[in-house]
Amino acid sequence: MEGNLNALTTVFTEFYYWATIPLMFFIHIGFCMYEVGASRRRNHLHTLMKNTMLIPLVTITFFFFGWWLYWAMPNGPFITGGLDTAAAEANTAWSETMGPNTGDRITGVFWAAFLLFSWTAASIVSGSVIERIKSGAFWILAVVIGSVAWIIDAAWGWHYGGWMVQLLGYHDAYASGVIHAIAGGFALGVLVVLGPRLGKFARDGSPRDITPHNPWLVCLGLFMIYAGFWGFYVACNVPIIDPGGIGGQITGDTWTATTIYLTPTTLGAITVNFLMSLSGGLLVGYLASKGNPFWTYSGGLAGIITASAGNDLYHPIHAMIIGGLGTYCAYKLHYWVEQKFKIDDAVGAVAVHGYAGFIGLVICGFVLWGHPSSPYEGFAAINPLGQFVGAIIMFFVLGFVPGWIVAKILAAMNLLRIPRQVELLGLDFASNREEQAAAADVRATEKAAV
Amino acid sequence: MATTGIESWAVDLKDIGAIYPFQGTEGLFVLAGVVLWLGWHLIQIRAENDEYDGIISRHGDDASINEALEGE
Repeated sequence: MEGNLNALTTVFTEFYYWATIPLMFFIHIGFCMYEVGASRRRNHLHTLMKNTMLIPLVTITFFFFGWWLYWAMPNGPFITGGLDTAAAEANTAWSETMGPNTGDRITGVFWAAFLLFSWTAASIVSGSVIERIKSGAFWILAVVIGSVAWIIDAAWGWHYGGWMVQLLGYHDAYASGVIHAIAGGFALGVLVVLGPRLGKFARDGSPRDITPHNPWLVCLGLFMIYAGFWGFYVACNVPIIDPGGIGGQITGDTWTATTIYLTPTTLGAITVNFLMSLSGGLLVGYLASKGNPFWTYSGGLAGIITASAGNDLYHPIHAMIIGGLGTYCAYKLHYWVEQKFKIDDAVGAVAVHGYAGFIGLVICGFVLWGHPSSPYEGFAAINPLGQFVGAIIMFFVLGFVPGWIVAKILAAMNLLRIPRQVELLGLDFASNREEQAAAADVRATEKAAV
Repeated sequence: MATTGIESWAVDLKDIGAIYPFQGTEGLFVLAGVVLWLGWHLIQIRAENDEYDGIISRHGDDASINEALEGE
C-alpha cells in the first residue's frame, strides 16, 4: 500500500465493502421476521432456529471451500480453460491472506460481502419450506446452495472472467439470476420432493390459504429486506478503479465505479434504478393483488429483482416498467404453478425470487442487446439468447436440479420431512408444553401467596 | 519468541504479511474445523430424530393431536 493515492483507494475500498455487510445483515433479520410471521404459532421457534442456524453453517463452509470455488471455477472448468488454481491459491481456507495480514486489506471484506449473498441464497429457500422440513435436512441444503451452487454460478456468470460472460455475453449486474433465480429454482426443486403442508390442498386439489399468523411481522420483515437490499446493491460494485487497473479496452485515466464485470457504472445510477424498480414492483403488486399487503411488499421485492440484471444501465423509467412487468408475471405464475402442480411455496419465494429473476435476465437481453458485457476484448456482447441460456443455467441447471437431487437423497434416507404426527402437533409442541407447565406452576405459586 | 512472529513494531509494514499466531498450522486448523462441522451435522440429525421419536411416543395418539389442534 505504497503512495497516498493507493493507500486512500485501498482503505476506501476496504471500508466500502465493510459498510455493505452490516447493511446486508438486515436482509437476514428481515427473512427471519418474515418466516416466523408466516408460520403458525405451533412452529415459531423451530422456524426461527431453522433460518438462524444457516448463518454459522454457511459461514464456516464458505470459509472452508466456498470462496475457493469462486476463484477456481470461472473457466467451468474445461469450458474456457482449466481450474484457476493460481487465482484460487490466495483464497483457500489455509491461505495467509484469509487471516489478519498487513499486506491484504481487501480479501476479508470481499469474502464477507460474498458470504452475506450466500446467506441470502439459503434464506430464500428457507421460507418456502417452513413447517414440514426437518431442520437438519434444511441445513444440509443450505450449505449446498449457500456454499456450493450459488458460488459456482457466481464464478461462471458473476466474475469478470467467467465463461458465461465470455461466451454468452451474460450480464447480471445486481444478481437477478446469480442469487434470485438460482435460489428460487433450488427451492422449487426441494418443494417438488418435500410436498405440501398437511391441509394445504383440498381433496379436489384446490389450494387452501394457510394465512400468516402475524401479517404485520411478515410485512415488516419484507420492509427490512428492502433496507438490507441497499447493502446488497452497493456490494455488487467495485467502488473505484482506474482504467490501468482494469487493463482492458477503456482508454484515458478517468477513474470509475464498475460492476463486478469491471464495466463502468455509477453509484448514482443504481440508487435511482433501485428506487424506481422498487416503485414499479410496489405499484403493480398492489394493483395485481388488490391491495393485499403481503403481495404488495413482495411486489416491491420482485420489482427490484426483475430489474437487477440491468440496473447498472437502464434508464429509471425502464427500471420502473421492467420491475412492474416482472412483478405481474411472478404473481400470476405463483398461483398458476400452485394450482397446476400442487406446489406449496409458503412465502412465494419461488415466484418473487425465481420467476422474477428468470424474467429479469431475459428482459435484460433484449433491452441491453449489443452492449459490451466486458471491458476486455473478445467477450460476447449482451444478447437475448445468451441471457435466456443464462437464465436456464441459473434457474434449472444450478438451481432446480441440485435442489431436487439433494432433497431426493435426503428423502430416501428419511431425513427430509418431519413425521406426520409432529407436523400436526407442531414443531414447538414439546417446548410449548414446558412453557405452559412452567406458567401454570408460577400461577399456582402466586395464587398460594394471595 | 512471539506466537505471531512479531516481536517489535520497529518494522516497515510493507515487509510484513500475516500477523496471526501459529502461522504454518493453518491446514491443521482447517482440517479440525471441517471435522467439527461434519460432526455437528451428525450429532444434530441424531438429536432431532430422537426429539421427534420422543414426541410421537408420548403425544402421538389421535386424542393428543386433536387436543393440540383445538388449542391452536
